[in-house]
Order: sequence, then structure tokens, then C-alpha cells
Amino acid sequence: MSMTERDELVRSLAGLALFADLGDPDLEAIADPEWERRYGEGERVLRRGLSGGGLFVILGGEAAVEIPDGAPRLLQRGDFFGEVSTLLQCKPTADVVARSGLHALEIPGPQLEEFLLAYPQVTHRMLQTMARRIRDLLE
Amino acid sequence: MAQDERPHPPGDYPVVVVGSGPGGLQASYCLARLGVEHAVISQDDAPGGMFRLYPIFQRLLSWSKPDAPAEPGTRAYEWYDHNSLVAEDPRHQALVPAFMDRSFMVPSREEMERGLATFARQVPVPVRYGCRWEATRRDDDGRLVLATSDGEYRAQAAVFALGVTTPWFSPIPGIEAVPHYVETRTAAEYRGRRVFVIGKRNSGFEIADGLLPWARQVILGSPRPVQTAVIAQASVRVRYLQPYEDASLGGGTFALDLAVERIERLERGWRIVGRGTTRPGPVDLEVDDVIAATGFSTPLLDLGELGVRTVAQGRIPALTPFWESEPGSGIYFTGNATQGAAGLRKHGVGAASPAVHGFRYNARVMARHLAASLGVAVPAERVEGDPVPYLLEELTTAPELWTQKSYLARAVTAEGLSEIVPLAHFVDEAGPDAVAVAVEMDATGLTYPAVYVRRSGEIRERLLPPDLLNDFRGPEHEQELRDAL
Repeated sequence: MSMTERDELVRSLAGLALFADLGDPDLEAIADPEWERRYGEGERVLRRGLSGGGLFVILGGEAAVEIPDGAPRLLQRGDFFGEVSTLLQCKPTADVVARSGLHALEIPGPQLEEFLLAYPQVTHRMLQTMARRIRDLLE
Repeated sequence: MAQDERPHPPGDYPVVVVGSGPGGLQASYCLARLGVEHAVISQDDAPGGMFRLYPIFQRLLSWSKPDAPAEPGTRAYEWYDHNSLVAEDPRHQALVPAFMDRSFMVPSREEMERGLATFARQVPVPVRYGCRWEATRRDDDGRLVLATSDGEYRAQAAVFALGVTTPWFSPIPGIEAVPHYVETRTAAEYRGRRVFVIGKRNSGFEIADGLLPWARQVILGSPRPVQTAVIAQASVRVRYLQPYEDASLGGGTFALDLAVERIERLERGWRIVGRGTTRPGPVDLEVDDVIAATGFSTPLLDLGELGVRTVAQGRIPALTPFWESEPGSGIYFTGNATQGAAGLRKHGVGAASPAVHGFRYNARVMARHLAASLGVAVPAERVEGDPVPYLLEELTTAPELWTQKSYLARAVTAEGLSEIVPLAHFVDEAGPDAVAVAVEMDATGLTYPAVYVRRSGEIRERLLPPDLLNDFRGPEHEQELRDAL
């Protein structure tokens, strides 16, 4: 089982826009088993008001961003979250909760800077996504 | 024909524990103390689990200090003894250091095995040895049925103490012919040879360290860089430092960040073809021997068919904060596999669940949870009066909080009920007004207390300052904690 699943993790990462510019050696390096996470329906992934979180990239399943008094925003495969609190080293202002079985990769906060510097193509793609979010907010 | 005098014959039990390594022994001990009737079965013929065979080079990674700031047999001493199982009776505590010859502050494999066997014999923990679990299903009323070499066991819940024991191989073309870590020969047999070790974690460096005095050259390779921060702060340094220093200083050993693309068997030796990761470029090596130090997986057999999911590339079961495969499934794990409940992993710091000093406490918390789910009355601790001095004392001396940082917490309700709980459970589940305290560590290795106050369902986190001597019982911390409450 293990050989297939390891291949699946690398292939799963390769299929995401965020990692589309990376070759196999880089993808193998990123497919760190210690970064792989699974959450059951209703489990909190990112916790509002708690320090020390990381950046999450959804590999499969759905999650919802839950802001007090706001409509939840759905996240799916390829979406990422936790970047604002990690980059700014502040506590998240929203909960992110698994909507179904959620499969994700977590890049721990203290390793994010090194990660973004090591893979500038990923950083560029992440900036594009964040720029789109700002544009959507302004429109 | 001789009568079979082994305990726990096949039949119906509230709980079945599978395994007689440290995880199984600790879980059985804790269940028995709570009065939970259960059977323990094991395919082995003696207690000890993985420690009956490994580590190959015989020296463990985790410390036990025969002399320490606290007296052996006390709860505070457990923090200085990472290898013994925990018990209420001081005579059953600190059994590993009792066998240590003090040539190192980490025990040998044999010293560890003797400590575990003594625990199993003295407590005692009755085990049905030579009974192999072979398959699992649910019967019509939802009970678990474990088919074994001795017959069928039916139970409301099963606790799997299987270890992380099945050799696991990275998916590299050609690796199927490579000997795994468990097949490593005696060091002398590598004399004068060039050896490639796939893997740069515990077992990879253990092999490299063991072969250094014999091999002509040792080269380690895996995609991710060596975790220097881990080396600096964890007890694995005992195994890591020599080969890593040799590699760092250009002494002939190499620790390559390398994605291996294929392994070819040559007439005499092996060819390794790959590409550098942190430093790109092709790598093409010919070596005399290859060893796959690529880790282990949990032998889950058919548990996937009962809904057990996995993490870590299929190697570890994904678990709830109480180490169950899914809430209400009745399928629990103990021992090394409890790392499948990741917890909060604040600042990327993982719990010590893969090691005895971490999972022995997970077992105790799991046993209480399991007992309660079976309707067994679980005794409650109560804090009378002002909880602040008690919480500060716990933050300073509780071994559960020090070994399982930001993972296990001491929780006290407004009514004074006190319990060690998974921190993830405390912050994520609804409950009465309460406070939980945990010891935490940031990415720089700074250790500090954290306070979580739950009031009307809302959780508020407050981080307290560190202390040079890790003593949080002074007036500064008292004031901070009172402010938080």
C-alpha cells in the first residue's frame, strides 16, 4: 500500500496549480510525511485566536472558513489558508473547519519563510492568488 | 495433551488489547487500574515488542537518568526517565534505570527489554502470548470481531498496540531488491565497503554511526535536508552527531539531499541514480551495499475496511484526539501509532507520541476515555480552593505536560474537577467553564507555559513568560495566571 500512497502524494501535489512549476525532485522534497494531515468532518483545522499555526494546502475534501457573524466561505482542493496569520505571526481571525474528510499538507509556521525562499515559483503563484483575492474584495 | 494455561482464551470481552510492547503493557495496566475487564493477546512469545530486536546497534535514543533532581518512583522523576512505563505503585516505577550500567544516559536495547519484562512480570500484566491477530470485522450488533490464530474474540472496543513495525520502502524503482534496515548485517561485514544508506532520519543515522568504524565510506541520501534544529534539541543527537559532523567537515561521509530516481543491481554492487534537491544536479554513484533506512509502518491488516484512515503516506493511522480511528468506532490505538493524533503542533513542534515517554501518558488518558465510554465509573481528581498554586506546580513539575508539549494539558473546571486531557480536545470541544494549562515550545526551543481559558464556550489563549530555570511557581507567573483567569 505504501508505495502507491507515496506516489499518490507526490502526484497529488503535482496536480495543484500552486506547485505546477516544480519538477519531481522538488515535489518529493515537499511531500514530507510529517506535513500530511487528515481531518474528519467538523474538526477544526485552523483555530481562531490560537497562536502557532501553519499554512495549509488542501489536497482533497472541503473546508469552510468560519468568521463570527459572517457567511462561511468554502475551500476546496488546491486552495490554501493560514498564510496571513503565519506570515504576520498573529493569531488567526477565523476558524477553518473540515466539511468532509479533509486531506491537507501543513507547512509549519517557522518553516514557511525558508520554504517560500527555496521555491520562488510557489511564492509567485501564491502572490497571484492573494492578489486576486484583493482584487475581488475591491471590485 | 497438556492443558493450555495461557490467560484470555477466545471469547467475549468488553475490550481486547492487541500487542505486548510498551504500548500494550501500558494500556493494559491503565485499563486494569480503572477496573475495565479486557484480554491482551500478542503474536510474540515474550513482552517488549520492537525492543526485543531493535535498535540494530543496541543503543536507544531517549534518556533515563538513574540519579536526577527528583527521587525515582515519584511522579516528578518520570520526566528524567523517558523509558520506563508509569504506574501508581512506586515499586513498578523507574524499572529501566534500575538495569542501566550507566555507561550512557540512554539505555541499551537489552536494558530496555529487561525493564519492560520486569514491569509485565511484577505488576503483573497477563498476556496471551503466541496468539496472532489475523482479521477484523463487525458482527450484526456492531461489536468488533478479531479473528486470531487461537479463535475469535468479540469486544465492544479494541486497543491496537501494534507498534510502527512493518518495514516500509520509499517508492523508488529497484528498491525492492534492497535490504531494509532490519536486514542490516553485523558492522564488521561492511569492512572496507562503500555503503549507501537511503534515509537521513533516526534509523539512517543509526546505521551510519554503527558502520563508520568499519565501512570505507558511508553516504546517506534522501530528498529532505537533515533537520539540524531537531539534532540540536532532541535526544536523537546521540545517534546523529558523529556522521553529521563527519559530513559537515568533509570527512568522507556524505549526507545528500537527493531524490533517488532508480537503483540498479550491478554484477558487484549497486548503482544509485538521482537528482539533488536543495542543491540541484545529477548524481550517479556506484556503491558496494545499499541499506533502505526508510522507516516502518503500522501493520493495520484489514482495518482500512472498517474505516481506519492513514497519514504519513499510508504508514500511520489517522486518529481523533483520544486516539480512536473515528469517534465511536471503538477502534483505539496505543503506543507509537498514537502519533496519528497530531494535536495542535504549534510552531510545528510535534508531540513525543512516537516514543515511550510520550505514549505512556497517551495510554493513561485513552484508558480513562475508553472506560467512560463503556460506562465504567472513572475516579475524578478534585482541586479544593484556589487552583492557581496547583496549576503553577503542574506547569513546573508535571511529566505529562513536559513530555507532551502543547499536546496534553492539565484542565481544571470551575467546580474544581481536574484531569489530564488532550489539548486539542479541550480547545475544540464544548464543555463547562474551565482552564487548561500546557507547556509549550516555540521554533527556537524556548519553553514557556500557556493558559487556555474556556468561558461560555469561548477559548482565550494566554502565553506566560519563560523562566530561566523552568520554575513557574514565582510571583510573576502567579500574577500572570491570575490575570488570565
